Amino acid sequence: MTMSAELPVTLERADTTAAPPPSARLLRYARPALGLLLPVGLALFWELWVALGYSNGRLVPPPTKIFATVMELAKSGELSRHIAATVTRVAAGFGLGVAAGTILGAVSGYWGVVRQLLDPTVQALRAIPSIAWVPLFILWLGIFETSKVALIAVGVFFPVYLGVMGAILSVDRKIVEVGRIFRLSGPAMIRRILLPAVLPAYVVALRVGLGLGWMFVVAAEFMGASEGLGYLLIDGQQLGKPAQIVAAIVIFAILGKTTDWLIELATAPLLRWQDAFGRQGGAA
Amino acid sequence: MLALEKVGKTYPNGVHALERFSAEIKPGEIVAIIGGSGCGKSTLLRAIAGLDRASTGTVTLDNAVITAPHAKIGIIFQEPRLLPWLSVADNIGFGLSDLPADVRREKVAQALARVGLADKAKAWPRELSGGQAQRVAIARALVPQPEVLLLDEPFSALDAFTRRDLQDHLLDLWNDTRPTLILVTHDVDEAVVLADRVLVMRPRPGRLFEAIRINLTRPRDRSSPLFENFKRHVLTSLDRSLDRNVPDADPKTVAGEAMWW
Ligand SMILES: Nc1ncnc2c1ncn2[C@@H]1O[C@H](COP(=O)(O)OP(=O)(O)O)[C@@H](O)[C@H]1O
Ligand SMILES: [Mg+2]
Repeated sequence: MTMSAELPVTLERADTTAAPPPSARLLRYARPALGLLLPVGLALFWELWVALGYSNGRLVPPPTKIFATVMELAKSGELSRHIAATVTRVAAGFGLGVAAGTILGAVSGYWGVVRQLLDPTVQALRAIPSIAWVPLFILWLGIFETSKVALIAVGVFFPVYLGVMGAILSVDRKIVEVGRIFRLSGPAMIRRILLPAVLPAYVVALRVGLGLGWMFVVAAEFMGASEGLGYLLIDGQQLGKPAQIVAAIVIFAILGKTTDWLIELATAPLLRWQDAFGRQGGAA
Repeated sequence: MLALEKVGKTYPNGVHALERFSAEIKPGEIVAIIGGSGCGKSTLLRAIAGLDRASTGTVTLDNAVITAPHAKIGIIFQEPRLLPWLSVADNIGFGLSDLPADVRREKVAQALARVGLADKAKAWPRELSGGQAQRVAIARALVPQPEVLLLDEPFSALDAFTRRDLQDHLLDLWNDTRPTLILVTHDVDEAVVLADRVLVMRPRPGRLFEAIRINLTRPRDRSSPLFENFKRHVLTSLDRSLDRNVPDADPKTVAGEAMWW
């Protein structure tokens, strides 16, 4: 995210693809709808199942009950407080992790010496399950926000670091030679060849990193938080409120999906040139 | 004048790819370098382009020793090597970034029209056919108006029809500013139709075997008996170059040296 500001990919060009025919447009909406079929069907089934009295729905609450819980939390203003706490932690951890991963990944991708110096250590640290850091972070940074943000940042760091370094290492030598032939200076080579070449892999790394950020915020909030969606989970467990747990899970899912989609949306204009299989929607 | 002076190359892994290759190439001359796979043609071209340094000997262009890519020397590879994130027009203008935007746009538009791709200005490279992409690569190499254009098997990945089309097109473009062309090929037909001089190389280590002057006026008729004659000459030379019993023939290769074979 930090790098995308000055990319030379700002082409003004008319979209050459004509408007899709009506049937294609229908398909465009039908495809996501297909994905909704299973979860919506299951939810409806469970709702009916409980309504018809085949189950009391105490351990697995029906959708209306979950929805009611969400509304209740929302009305009291508690929901937005919890969401804000969690989102803030993820944002801070993600920002730090991305910054560190990008800088160190870029440096060790670009300079062989730095890679030989740095990479073995990073790889060794990566082998440690990140949750194992929790006790140490609490000792070092205290039980409050800092240790939580640090844990999330650690989770985000590794995929970003690996993604950036790998992307730089795998930039096609043949393309770099084009830059050499036109006698680009070092900075120009980075700006005009390396950055655009690594961008697709970078976006993937950011998305993976964000996914891990959401994973680690739960772990972070399990270690003693007084607010946040992870707190709602623990609270729901301790007080035996399954509806609250499921509600928090659903909100996690929505937030995770939305933020991932935001990254995709923000970077799509920079990646229009890509000719990947997935862009055409894969096989049929 | 481009002068190759006993250019030799040994790769770090010990492969002796090129040995004492000498030639003088006049401005505007078209030279084809022909020889089997692995006889050092690309190695030679990369040394001239300044992409790799020769281990021994020197490449000089108008008395300047070439050790790094030079503004006056362009190269076209076997693959178009277009930058996939730039439009066709921006690819062609890639080497013109020092010029003001309006001058650049003008030159790019001219070049696009010249290679017959004016309607593709805004297309992405992935939307081009192989032949179109190679045209863009040619245009990109030619817009900075190099004095020397190197081509490393530029048409060998294309079908026969497109290849002929591009050979004719290349000659046509060459006629605009008449740069020196050095074309690596393994296609005898291509060498004879394009070149003023065909340099036949022999392998292990790569060295010059014979220089054959093609005394034919342009445009050349591929079906004329004379054309056939030159083709046969080049083919025979290629055959002989692979025969270990035939000693190196071209005196230039060994000029001023003892009989070292
Ligand atoms: N980068 C390299 N490192 C080591 N050996 C190389 C390298 N490039 C080419 N060679 C070797 O040098 C010889 C000549 O290669 P090349 O110039 O590519 O031949 P040609 O273009 O005539 O097919 C071959 O034996 C090849 O294996
Ligand atoms: Mg070659």
